[in-house]
Amino acid sequence: MHQVRLHIVEFRGFEKFIQGRPYWEVPVMVQRLCGICPVSHHLAASKALDVIVGAKKLTPAAEKLRRLMHYGQMLQSHALHFFHLCSPDLLFGFDSDVTKRNIVGVAAAHPEIARRGVLLRKFGQEVIRVTAGKRVHGTGAVPGGMNKSLTIAERDELLKDIYHIVAWSRDAVHLIQKVHIQDPGLYNSFGIFRSNFMSIVGHNGDLDFYHGTLRARDDNGKLIFDGVDYQQYDKYIEEEVRPWSYMKFPFFKSLGKEHGWYKVGPLARVQNCDQISTPFAEHERKEFVDYAGGTPMHAPLAYHWTRMIEMLHAAEVIKDLLHDDDLLSDDLMVEGERKMEGVGVIEAPRGTLFHHYRVDENDLITMANLIVSTTNNNQAMNEAVRHVARRYLNGREVTEGLLNHIEVAIRAFDPCLSCATHALGKMPLAVELVDPEGNIVHSLSRS
Amino acid sequence: MTAPLVVFAVGNPSRGDDAIGPVICGRLAKWLENEKLTDRVELIEDFQLNVEHALDLQGRELALFIDAGENTPAPFIFEQIFPSTAPSHTTHALPPQAVLQVYRQMEGTEPPPSFVLCVRGEGFELGAEMTPTALGGVEAAMELVERLFRKPTLADWSA
Repeated sequence: MHQVRLHIVEFRGFEKFIQGRPYWEVPVMVQRLCGICPVSHHLAASKALDVIVGAKKLTPAAEKLRRLMHYGQMLQSHALHFFHLCSPDLLFGFDSDVTKRNIVGVAAAHPEIARRGVLLRKFGQEVIRVTAGKRVHGTGAVPGGMNKSLTIAERDELLKDIYHIVAWSRDAVHLIQKVHIQDPGLYNSFGIFRSNFMSIVGHNGDLDFYHGTLRARDDNGKLIFDGVDYQQYDKYIEEEVRPWSYMKFPFFKSLGKEHGWYKVGPLARVQNCDQISTPFAEHERKEFVDYAGGTPMHAPLAYHWTRMIEMLHAAEVIKDLLHDDDLLSDDLMVEGERKMEGVGVIEAPRGTLFHHYRVDENDLITMANLIVSTTNNNQAMNEAVRHVARRYLNGREVTEGLLNHIEVAIRAFDPCLSCATHALGKMPLAVELVDPEGNIVHSLSRS
Repeated sequence: MTAPLVVFAVGNPSRGDDAIGPVICGRLAKWLENEKLTDRVELIEDFQLNVEHALDLQGRELALFIDAGENTPAPFIFEQIFPSTAPSHTTHALPPQAVLQVYRQMEGTEPPPSFVLCVRGEGFELGAEMTPTALGGVEAAMELVERLFRKPTLADWSA
């Protein structure tokens, strides 16, 4: 086997879609880039445009409302991934009948787990609805702040459920921890590869999904850079174009293309921060770090464990925010000296998300560069699939077993394949085995 | 009070013919307002269907899922659907039948009678306009949709 390539075919046209638009339209329109993480794009764009409108520091109310929206999104996205996408693998095994390996199968065999998954997801969606104004196409965040606060009724409605949400999130961490620890031979080694990793970290090195500075470590956990203002991201990160893929391959400039690629997302974030500011999640982080033995854990399936630690943290932060009266304040907007360029970065559910814009004197976007989380993980996902193929490919045919294992490896990263449309009949997964001359030896697809 | 009828209109307005669902949803909203039927029908627009939409089926008499389809018959298919465990390789989205199945598993009862209106689309690129095929399909589908909501009963929808 010479090469394994993961093609995600829908990542194109982002920048063209945005260029030429008035900057104030951008936080709303970028939500249409992705139906799964519209809030991530909404907030990353808003942060970049904060810079352009000169909003150096948001009001406390605006910052907390955005944070609430974002943590609601983290909660619902992580819940969906765990209970819908990965729990079928974990509860039934990777080789189980494909017709069972979905949320419907989970609901049949483990109704309470499935029910909690749906309700966690629903709660996160409600947080988004009350902060963004609508269930989809929300307009909550605007350059310089927010355009609505919470009503007392909206806050109280969320407060009724948040304690269950925290408790269920703790249970979810314990469930995945148990599954992982019970089968270390599989969970510590499946698709494993070592790599650098990166995320933003907040004040004092806290885990922070909304704001912070860039920190990167090598595969041993040694710092590569730290405290980097993300307005300068392009001094540290470069994107390589390869002829066979629409997705770019980012890498750290200081290490070069070959050694500078990295992973992002929950596994990176939980190991990159120094601590988590909420007590239950911090306890679980320490458990994870202890299990890893004091060195970074690189196993892709450990993404699931860390994702649930993050979901717990999101639930705890939402609980704390709901007790903060700033959410009810109408002091929502600031402005300052107009700039022509801005960068916004957040930690989206799948990893670090960059939005970079230039605007002309007519307020039109002249340049847009987006590095989405799945692009940041591009090489890492290729590596994971490569390792799975080495282990499970017999060299002659693509078997159902191989397809299953490739799916499991890809799913660990939770890539945002759904930037594609969801029209009925689309989104197949196809695996092709190609000989040295480029002829397809065998293929298998699943729609 | 829960409206007895629910419509799920699915799609991304900025991805060419994926806008079929949202466009029909917008036109249906105006029609319902003119007909003074807004209390009877809840319209839910989303990029895709997912597990939480099972909760939106609670307390309904009828449900209609409107979506674009690729390689599906033109101008549209309209048919009753039932809970199904159709496999899905990954995806952050569920087909309508799986939403019904999640409802069945969560609630322990059968979901309300549900129908899908799948209008054929041909282009789904980001930033693309809707194709003539899709626009024609929307017109044809609207005639059906108006007829359906004039007589929203299982017998009439099944006829």
